Amino acid sequence: MTILTYPFKNLPTASKWALRFSIRPLSCSSQLRAAPAVQTKTKKTLAKPNIRNVVVVDGVRTPFLLSGTSYKDLMPHDLARAALTGLLHRTSVPKEVVDYIIFGTVIQEVKTSNVAREAALGAGFSDKTPAHTVTMACISANQAMTTGVGLIASGQCDVIVAGGVELMSDVPIRHSRKMRKLMLDLNKAKSMGQRLSLISKFRFNFLAPELPAVSEFSTSETMGHSADRLAAAFAVSRLEQDEYALRSHSLAKKAQDEGLLSDVVPFKVPVTKDNGIRPSSLEQMAKLKPAFIKPYGTVTAANSSFLTDGASAMLIMAEEKALAMGYKPKAYLRDFMYVSQDPKDQLLLGPTYATPKVLEKAGLTMNDIDAFEFHEAFSGQILANFKAMDSDWFAENYMGRKTKVGLPPLEKFNNWGGSLSLGHPFGATGCRLVMAAANRLRKEGGQYGLVAACAAGGQGHAMIVEAYPK
Amino acid sequence: MVACRAIGILSRFSAFRILRSRGYICRNFTGSSALLTRTHINYGVKGDVAVVRINSPNSKVNTLSKELHSEFSEVMNEIWASDQIRSAVLISSKPGCFIAGADINMLAACKTLQEVTQLSQEAQRIVEKLEKSTKPIVAAINGSCLGGGLEVAISCQYRIATKDRKTVLGTPEVLLGALPGAGGTQRLPKMVGVPAALDMMLTGRSIRADRAKKMGLVDQLVEPLGPGLKPPEERTIEYLEEVAITFAKGLADKKISPKRDKGLVETYAMTIPFVRQQVYKKVEEKVRKQTKGLYPAPLKIIDVVKTGIEQGSDAGYLCESQKFGELVMTKESKALMGLYHGQVLCKKNKFGAPQKDVKHLAILGAGLMGAGIAQVSVDKGLKTILKDATLTALDRGQQQVFKGLNDKVKKKALTSFERDSIFSNLTGQLDYQGFEKADMVIEAVFEDLSLKHRVLKEVEAVIPDHCIFASNTSALPISEIAAVSKRPEKVIGMHYFSPVDKMQLLEIITTEKTSKDTSASAVAVGLKQGKVIIVVKDGPGFYTTRCLAPMMSEVIRILQEGVDPKKLDSLTTSFGFPVGAATLVDEVGVDVAKHVAEDLGKVFGERFGGGNPELLTQMVSKGFLGRKSGKGFYIYQEGVKRKDLNSDMDSILASLKLPPKSEVSSDEDIQFRLVTRFVNEAVMCLQEGILATPAEGDIGAVFGLGFPPCLGGPFRFVDLYGAQKIVDRLKKYEAAYGKQFTPCQLLADHANSPNKKFYQ
Repeated sequence: MTILTYPFKNLPTASKWALRFSIRPLSCSSQLRAAPAVQTKTKKTLAKPNIRNVVVVDGVRTPFLLSGTSYKDLMPHDLARAALTGLLHRTSVPKEVVDYIIFGTVIQEVKTSNVAREAALGAGFSDKTPAHTVTMACISANQAMTTGVGLIASGQCDVIVAGGVELMSDVPIRHSRKMRKLMLDLNKAKSMGQRLSLISKFRFNFLAPELPAVSEFSTSETMGHSADRLAAAFAVSRLEQDEYALRSHSLAKKAQDEGLLSDVVPFKVPVTKDNGIRPSSLEQMAKLKPAFIKPYGTVTAANSSFLTDGASAMLIMAEEKALAMGYKPKAYLRDFMYVSQDPKDQLLLGPTYATPKVLEKAGLTMNDIDAFEFHEAFSGQILANFKAMDSDWFAENYMGRKTKVGLPPLEKFNNWGGSLSLGHPFGATGCRLVMAAANRLRKEGGQYGLVAACAAGGQGHAMIVEAYPK
Repeated sequence: MVACRAIGILSRFSAFRILRSRGYICRNFTGSSALLTRTHINYGVKGDVAVVRINSPNSKVNTLSKELHSEFSEVMNEIWASDQIRSAVLISSKPGCFIAGADINMLAACKTLQEVTQLSQEAQRIVEKLEKSTKPIVAAINGSCLGGGLEVAISCQYRIATKDRKTVLGTPEVLLGALPGAGGTQRLPKMVGVPAALDMMLTGRSIRADRAKKMGLVDQLVEPLGPGLKPPEERTIEYLEEVAITFAKGLADKKISPKRDKGLVETYAMTIPFVRQQVYKKVEEKVRKQTKGLYPAPLKIIDVVKTGIEQGSDAGYLCESQKFGELVMTKESKALMGLYHGQVLCKKNKFGAPQKDVKHLAILGAGLMGAGIAQVSVDKGLKTILKDATLTALDRGQQQVFKGLNDKVKKKALTSFERDSIFSNLTGQLDYQGFEKADMVIEAVFEDLSLKHRVLKEVEAVIPDHCIFASNTSALPISEIAAVSKRPEKVIGMHYFSPVDKMQLLEIITTEKTSKDTSASAVAVGLKQGKVIIVVKDGPGFYTTRCLAPMMSEVIRILQEGVDPKKLDSLTTSFGFPVGAATLVDEVGVDVAKHVAEDLGKVFGERFGGGNPELLTQMVSKGFLGRKSGKGFYIYQEGVKRKDLNSDMDSILASLKLPPKSEVSSDEDIQFRLVTRFVNEAVMCLQEGILATPAEGDIGAVFGLGFPPCLGGPFRFVDLYGAQKIVDRLKKYEAAYGKQFTPCQLLADHANSPNKKFYQ
């Protein structure tokens, strides 16, 4: 029985059939959710004495598109600007009340290295509103949000716009170091003689371009390669990975069709929705060749997240400010946690490490969580995290914990799709996760959402999102 | 640092660098003949793939012993006979070792050439059956795959190796004076091409998995896994097996082809007989130049490869087994195998585990030695403080460490990231801050007793009670250094050899007061640093310096007698020393040699006489300090490889000229005058209890002083050459020169009773 079917263990079905169920499961999972939903009413709130409550008023994102499609001629700040104007429309927030703007991004366009500021200016925010850009690989937007949370909680600001952007359609490709050196030296050369002698040092191989690194700097290993090894280390099979990816695409498709992805604001007609959602069949997926560890690896294009263009933005406020302005917030941002571990062998295990810690910090258990929103870098990564979270041996030997934290119930997990299907613009995903959790809590009922993500460098993040009482 | 600097050169002449660490292993099998239950091999069937797992009992490694051979044949026959099985995977259950090679003891037990030849032929038959197997066999390699292990692997139809640092492939037989005797000389050239195969077999070098893949030695690589639901090593082996099974199935279904493309050289150039002849000729020339005819194995390897290619496989296999037999019976092979055994012995801590692991190390003096010690320590994760008195010296030392690590990056043994992370273990400083946390302090300050005393007192004021004080000195007696210590039980000598990161030997010196735990700790640190360790008693010059000193004295006399330094160098290297005697003095440093000669001369008197120390004194006064000052017996120039004689030496040598004694001045006599003084002193060290075992004496002489490896060390040399003959030589020279050549009692005893051997 595959790990996917775990929650359905008691159903008298063969594993493959169980999987099909899991794809369109609201009918059966609503029963399962009934019990915790009742409990939530008695749950405490996570407000802390003497600390300001931070709320999400609302959040939006541009459609996430496969890179190289409709956004391919834009620059990152164009996309970020689209998210910001979308947020302005959605919330009607007066521009001058925004105290600060923070954006996350990973591959920086050198012309707009503080993309937050460039986008904010273009989006018509007050030129008196400062903005900065943060980077923390795939959890850059998470960092943007939590930076905002810190500014509000400490009383420095009341209103923050946090977001993220990534435009993988265009990446900075540089001249080689030798060529750069030659060009810089040429700039400084004073006489013709000096210039000629410098030019005589030119060799054709100087022209070989330098691409932005796709591999981990410390280990020189690409992430897909590491994911494949991680999947192998946890004995996650190709079939399990394909099944999980299919689930993600199917759920995303369903959510899109049912109009649940309400955080999406049209970029401009006709670009109105995510274009990477492509539910296929297991047979089709099985035909793909491994993408990283050839020829026998298990991570393929179909069970990995794809290169994505997209931006997201979110309006965060101190609770009293939001209420004073007449807003009905969507959720509280509660405890959060950053973790980091071995960037070689545990590159993508951030959620496993972060989850028990953030739960402990908030005084919650897995059972208290009603909506899980985990970043799906690779199917293999999600399933390896599941296995790690469900292993006492791993908890004892690698996390220094007595027991495992336990498996998130699949019927509460990424119910509206995830990065595998919706897409993963590195810098922007964090806000999408939080908004998905907040919107799901409102739609499905329940009090707590858990957001978690892994990131390059062997880092991870988790945050508790608490539904704002209706 | 007498012994030390000299030996830097050793590594440059390293064609015969002696086996490094894992490699062959010698084990005594408690001859339990496996009748029903198999002890070395278990096999299971997964689907239609047989998985053969090798796991020799009670050992960290698998070796090809008789028992393993017979169980293996048995299992393979079952597999070939079974209808269910369509393919097989060959794998080891041990982490870090596929098959480390043939069981050396099995070879050593053979009395005659025929027996050895027969062993080789049996092995050839087994691997031939593997090669001709109609059911594809996949070798799944994790860890060392050496010698016979590699020969088994290359006879399989497909090879998959883990891309782990521990996974190395190679044919180290040449380092034991033998050749690959199970078809390796025939299959390897076909697999990787003649030039690459000869390079592997003649150098014995270990090849890492990724390089092996490029060479065509393995077909697929498997990345080692990190932690999952099981320990990483365990899961990696499991994963390797899973991958190997899919390939075995693919091969059986003919979905995967075991054929591989050969390079242009192999496809075209090597098909031309003339080109092949040129290759053989070139390689032979090079080998002759490097071995000086002292090592028979390399030439025979070329011979066997040639026979196979020019006269066909049958002739090749026959030639291989015969030459294998001949080689194993040679003195050289016995000497090299003896060294191997000794090395294994010197990689163990006979004092047991220390009470407290050394985690924080402090080194005083950032000179060549201090920085070298720091480098091998941070490399192994020890937090190391490097302290010097001046900023310039400290800076130089830190740069030396960085350069050492960076060289490894250039050779791709480390990533630049690993280098940085290792380098962060090093703290350079001018004061004693942080010494309160040190578990061990190694001082490598200038060789001056009063300086060492001062340092010892300063350090004892700041270190914790459990901290060990180790002195890196090549000649000052440790008990004299310890005389000013408040806690002499914590004082010990650790004599490193320069360059520390290249030289494998560490001589540890214990005084009567040194506690057992202190010794255990020092050995543990040395082993961690990757050293081969001999433990000797305190005394002037300990063991290594003391053996070298009389030989050096003889060098001076020989030069005084008018032998040209170049001629002397060629006489010593042609005897098997990696470095010529005159060059050695230059490398050691003339001032250092003078220092030691004077110190030890005072203690040992006439026995250490011979040459006139005045020669060294005059050289020092003229500034001819050897390589470090640019002039010694030779002239050294930056970037110039060729060495010219220093003509200014002529007048010094002329002024001290001695008349040569014709009866003891033939080339051979000159060689023996040097060697016998060395050997006599070594045996005397054993007689006096400075040395605990002859094995340590041999290891110390070969690894520390460059004693000819083909002779196996002074003690092995006495055993193989004959004590009587050596004593005869000594007596002949004694008649000419007197007491310096008087054979010591123990040597005389061995000469008198021919059954007495240092190695039984």
